[in-house]
Amino acid sequence: MFRNLLPAVVLLGVASIPHAAHAATPFELKSVKLDLPDSDKMFPDGPGSDVINNNCIACHSADMVLNQPLLSKQAWAAEVNKMINNYKAPIATEDVGAIVKYLTAFKGAK
Amino acid sequence: MAENGAFYRTMTRRQLLAAASAAGVALSKPAWAQSMIDLPLPGGPGARQVTTSFPQKGPMILQRTRPPLLETPFEVFDKGVFTPNDQFYVRWHWAVIPTDIDIGKFSLTVRGHVNQTLSLSLNDILHGLPSVQLAAVNQCSGNSRGFFQPRVPGGEWANGAMCNALWTGVRLKDVLDKAGVKPGAVQVRFKGLDEPVVADAPHFMKSLDIDHARDGEVMIAYAMNGEQLPLVNGFPLRLVVPGWYATYWVKMLNDIEVLDQPDTNYWTKVAYTIPDTPHASTKPGETGVKMIPINRMVPRSFVTNIASGTKVKAAAPMTLRGIAFGGDCGVASVDFSIDRGKSWHQAQLGKDEGKYGFRQWQTQLTLPGAGEYSLLVRCTNSNGVAQPDVPNWNPAGFMRNVMESIDAIAV
Repeated sequence: MFRNLLPAVVLLGVASIPHAAHAATPFELKSVKLDLPDSDKMFPDGPGSDVINNNCIACHSADMVLNQPLLSKQAWAAEVNKMINNYKAPIATEDVGAIVKYLTAFKGAK
Repeated sequence: MAENGAFYRTMTRRQLLAAASAAGVALSKPAWAQSMIDLPLPGGPGARQVTTSFPQKGPMILQRTRPPLLETPFEVFDKGVFTPNDQFYVRWHWAVIPTDIDIGKFSLTVRGHVNQTLSLSLNDILHGLPSVQLAAVNQCSGNSRGFFQPRVPGGEWANGAMCNALWTGVRLKDVLDKAGVKPGAVQVRFKGLDEPVVADAPHFMKSLDIDHARDGEVMIAYAMNGEQLPLVNGFPLRLVVPGWYATYWVKMLNDIEVLDQPDTNYWTKVAYTIPDTPHASTKPGETGVKMIPINRMVPRSFVTNIASGTKVKAAAPMTLRGIAFGGDCGVASVDFSIDRGKSWHQAQLGKDEGKYGFRQWQTQLTLPGAGEYSLLVRCTNSNGVAQPDVPNWNPAGFMRNVMESIDAIAV
């Protein structure tokens, strides 16, 4: 791309495109039918892994959580509560503690 | 200043095994078939798969499989100002995404506080309204979130949740005028075809003020870079809100509702809000800060041709090259410093493809003697706003735009 820089610099000031210009050619769309990949990754085994697998990966794959930084227990609890209160995750009250405990054990800030 | 390499180390299998074993991560087998990348996120984890398994997409950094979060590999930004569609980053909120879209059946509804409810076919949109084109950067509110310190939860992006395309479509204003906006309209709300897995969860919707929606710049795009949108980038229609963060660029747009009351839906009122402070910055733990919806983007610039830690020849001319964007306006200048900000020099700007797009920049420089240098780059936009030299911080990880630095070792 930068091979084009020098001539482009010469043209500066005259070549800037108006923010909305008429498109040149007619355009047609084609229908789309395809499949999106899924992930079969589960949370690593440990106390509570069955609880987190049962509650969390219906809405999002486990990689989202595994890619998170280490967070405090308080921060993990806030995340789980956000999923329940804001995003309506159907997590039973008795499972919340086990999920937070798992996350804190596995990805807790020291 | 942020010390983020332009390119991230590709991990060897041995490094990855060590990292995985240290973290106790059980990596599934197919991962070995794909290449891995190590994003330099402070405190980690930085290992990500580079996936080619998404349809209509090339190699992408896998942040999350479902709903997809796919990051653009940074080397793509050195190739030109327009990001190829197959490597344009991807971000979805909800996992129920239609994968079978018949262009003959799709329709866009315009309803609410209007004289006439409309149901527009794709044919009506492509052939019944004036077509416009515009180059614009689409950047996630949380682009670069992974560099926040202290770290915050969310999509742990490096710098690749931003892309630039030449968008083709119709003006939102023309569509609203066709329906006839009634007096007293205050906002316009946009919704796409994606749906939450849990039925009572909030459907993703975003709103713009009526004057913004009718400014003639906000558009409904049916093409990017001359082709129809990849499905995961919002096929068949996507809202384009030039200069504003991507949260407003609703994908698979099929519903426009003109409101006579301010929108109070979760995604506008609660999510995607920022502290109403300079650089949207607060201190960790600070409470009682007034929050407002995220809005206009701020300037950024990056080196794209040299990775941090690269060895270069001392006392010999070298080329430094990269991209910049002004945020909500054009790029006025890109400056660089080889002496940790004591003195600054202006880089040459490349062709202006439109004020809302990426702008390439380039310069020749000579590192005078052997040693380690920190090369700084700073964009000043045409409103006179320059990148700050200290990083902002907020709990959501939004609006990072600290000036970037890369290390060069002159030998």
